[in-house]
Amino acid sequence: MSLVMPVFACIIVVFGLFSKTSVFDVFLVGAREGLQTLLTIAPTIIGLVFAVELLKSSGAAEVICNAVEPAAALLGFPKEIVPMALLRPVSGSGSGALLISIFEDCGADSFAGRVASVLAGSSETTFYATAMYFGCVNVRNIRHTLFAALTADFTALVASIITVRLFFY
Amino acid sequence: MLNYIWSGIIIISVFCSIILGNGELLSKAMIDSGASAVSLLMTMAGILCLWSGIMKIASESGFTTLLAKIFSPLLRPLFPHLDTNSEAFRCITMNVTSNLLGLGSTATPFGLKAMKEMYILGGKNDTATNEMVVFVVMNTASLQLLPSTLGALRQSYGSNAPFEIIVPVWISSACALVVALMIACTFNCLSNRREAAKCRL
Repeated sequence: MSLVMPVFACIIVVFGLFSKTSVFDVFLVGAREGLQTLLTIAPTIIGLVFAVELLKSSGAAEVICNAVEPAAALLGFPKEIVPMALLRPVSGSGSGALLISIFEDCGADSFAGRVASVLAGSSETTFYATAMYFGCVNVRNIRHTLFAALTADFTALVASIITVRLFFY
Repeated sequence: MLNYIWSGIIIISVFCSIILGNGELLSKAMIDSGASAVSLLMTMAGILCLWSGIMKIASESGFTTLLAKIFSPLLRPLFPHLDTNSEAFRCITMNVTSNLLGLGSTATPFGLKAMKEMYILGGKNDTATNEMVVFVVMNTASLQLLPSTLGALRQSYGSNAPFEIIVPVWISSACALVVALMIACTFNCLSNRREAAKCRL
């Protein structure tokens, strides 16, 4: 499994060579775009890490988690992932920062770490994507889009707990 | 939306820390947050640049176009009223393919173009068409073949097997996608029927 990433990169590079693309030049162009993307998201990340750090250190996160914990425990999910699950549909970088704090506190290979990883990999920033796509064409009545998308997010949460339990425990 | 959430978080935090009396921790966190955000960005910088570069090779060499051809039969049933040769459909396949490869930044431009094309096809109405709903819902459920950023992040936080979560990720995102599409299509069918009933009257 650990070879997936390098092999995938290799296939693309070989394909590029065969189709006579000047692979390294193109790589440099893409990497520069990556750097630009990084600059674009940098303010968002700094702002959200700031907010998340405040939430954690003030004890507010604990208060909220303790409030939701009984419901979470009833459904069988680890309380560490509650804040991340709540923030996931709203902000990708915010929930990313929470993912990192779960990795730091519990470890990447812990139950909470694995559930958080699967959740991060299987859901999207619903509000952001919806706002962006409908915003670009002036469509105001989005009908059942948000309902369907948020139900999907909840499904991803439940499915990530079930799959992690099935696969690792 | 994010305006309210962001300010809400700050207000709640400050309020909580006044009540709980841990103001020192809070001011320390405020200073530390800048440093930890920057170190997070530095960790991401390398991965992001590397994959953006490799993905650029994929799109320039025609690798993505090839994949788009493979995936188009799968997408046809979801957009029954779109011509497969239309610009809208082509953009949708490119968007889905890029998403599958985890190329968010490549997927977005194609997605925006697809929305514009569907907007024109739908008569520039301010109500979303069935196809638009299906398309956006598909984009909010992220199906990704190789969550490379996630894997790299897990590795940098000491995971023994960073990609061990890949199959659960596939299953879980497939579940989410199926649920999303089922809801979207059910509602679409219902509203189609309502329209048909209106016509008969």
